[in-house]
Amino acid sequence: MNEILKILRINARESSSDIAKMLNRSQEDVENEIGQLEKLGIIKGYQAIVDEDTLDNNQVTALIEVDVSPRREDGFDHVARRIAAFPEVKSMYLMSGNYDLLLFIVGNTLREVASFVSAKLAPMEGVNSTTSHFMLKTYKNNGVLMETREEYEKLKVTP
Amino acid sequence: MKNSKSLHSRIAPHVHDIPGSGIREFFDIVNEMSDAISLGVGEPGCQTPWHIRDAAIYALERGATGYTSNSGLLSLREAISKYAKKFFSTSYSPEDEILVTTGLSEAYDLVIRALVEPGDEVIYHQPSYVSYGPVVQMAHGIPVVLETSAGDDFHLDLDKLESLISDKTKLLVLNFPNNPTGAILDSSQVRAIADMTARHDLLVLTDEIYGELTYDTEHCSILSVPEMRERTILLHGMSKAWAMTGFRIGYACGPGEIIGAMNKLHQYTMLCAPTLSQVASVEAFKGAGKDIPHMRDIFRRNRNFMLARLNDAGLPCAPLHGAFYAFPSVSELGLTSAEFALRLLDEEKVAVVPGTAFGQCGEGYVRCSYATGLDEIKIAMDRIEKFVNRVRGAGA
Repeated sequence: MNEILKILRINARESSSDIAKMLNRSQEDVENEIGQLEKLGIIKGYQAIVDEDTLDNNQVTALIEVDVSPRREDGFDHVARRIAAFPEVKSMYLMSGNYDLLLFIVGNTLREVASFVSAKLAPMEGVNSTTSHFMLKTYKNNGVLMETREEYEKLKVTP
Repeated sequence: MKNSKSLHSRIAPHVHDIPGSGIREFFDIVNEMSDAISLGVGEPGCQTPWHIRDAAIYALERGATGYTSNSGLLSLREAISKYAKKFFSTSYSPEDEILVTTGLSEAYDLVIRALVEPGDEVIYHQPSYVSYGPVVQMAHGIPVVLETSAGDDFHLDLDKLESLISDKTKLLVLNFPNNPTGAILDSSQVRAIADMTARHDLLVLTDEIYGELTYDTEHCSILSVPEMRERTILLHGMSKAWAMTGFRIGYACGPGEIIGAMNKLHQYTMLCAPTLSQVASVEAFKGAGKDIPHMRDIFRRNRNFMLARLNDAGLPCAPLHGAFYAFPSVSELGLTSAEFALRLLDEEKVAVVPGTAFGQCGEGYVRCSYATGLDEIKIAMDRIEKFVNRVRGAGA
């Protein structure tokens, strides 16, 4: 994998001067490459990883399995694009297995998510059925454990 | 009890004469300072990969709580054999050429006690890990130090090495990639050392605990010269490249006669290495192909970062090709290693290890580990730079 991407995946806020030091390259060189990665659409954006459970909001996250009939001319893409365009859909994937599309929906209330599914998603042409699961607790997100347990402390100095 | 001898006088003289580690006191101060940022640790800052810890938990549940054979679990010796074939291109029979020990340190002690007779000389290079000399003394042998210097990038000066060889020399101890200097061997040096040991019919003990951790080139072992197999004892272990220091698993590979003699000592003293840790090590070998490249990647970036920051601070450092330590010179600041380390700890709460911990020729250097987290390295390097500038300002 691209060395800069490796570093940004660990910490997107790493400064270009520190990245340059880590890779033994010039800062200008690193900045140019990041600019290029952004321009090519390889880097789409930078977001914080937030432990939602610690926030005092009642946001609801649902995982929705969607069974779709593919069209002869463009398979799943047509209906998938229409679904993905809704801002309520945070992430979406085409899956192998018992259903076709997997959606992550976030709403401010349970009712909001329910109404998105019943009013927008289920009636859409090409959508055969949906199954909703509500998320109860996040243990790990994007490779980051949400719960930090106190670890055994190692010695500060050893030969 | 009247006229009883003091306890002090009852300590065996050859133990009494072993110099206590002069920096023990420094270690005690640091280890009690909970808010210090440490670049002083000789182990990876990260935790043991989870699949290994998970295997250890499962093994405990299944009751892996008894002894194993003296040599260690056969499944572990088989895994070691397979690994040695792949990594060192050298074949060792799991039956009688591999011994699992409680850390590499035990293996080192066993080799020395199995081979060294009173008065035998053992040559090792410094700066080096702390136990090479004292263990030889414990076996009534004579440690002979080959000093290395930053001027030679901490490589062995072969003429100097040859001049130290006498008819009492039994063994040459090598440790590359080196703790604390980060130096490695290349194929021409290995060839020259191999020729010299053959010429003088010396045995070689090679501690390659950092073998997996080279960053610019593949590891070059003394065993890459095939004829060396018959005169070399390879010491390795799980501590560094698998981040398993606390599991205490090391191993020795070598000719059956020597491994057999070591096993004799091992069976009467250690009996066997911790069973649970042996099971965890079997699992560790299964994931080696994934865990180690990942860790090496991180350490490589940390090394580059630390070198760049040391350079910014104006602290010269010999090239670092392996292990996970930088060994910059601080002598130009007019401070001894110990003064630098103590003042840095006191004024900036950053712990580094004085070079003198690794031998007299380590004076003028400090060891900084880059196996700790990048965020900590950043803060530590900011503080070191601040400290160095302050010392320079005061001296001007």
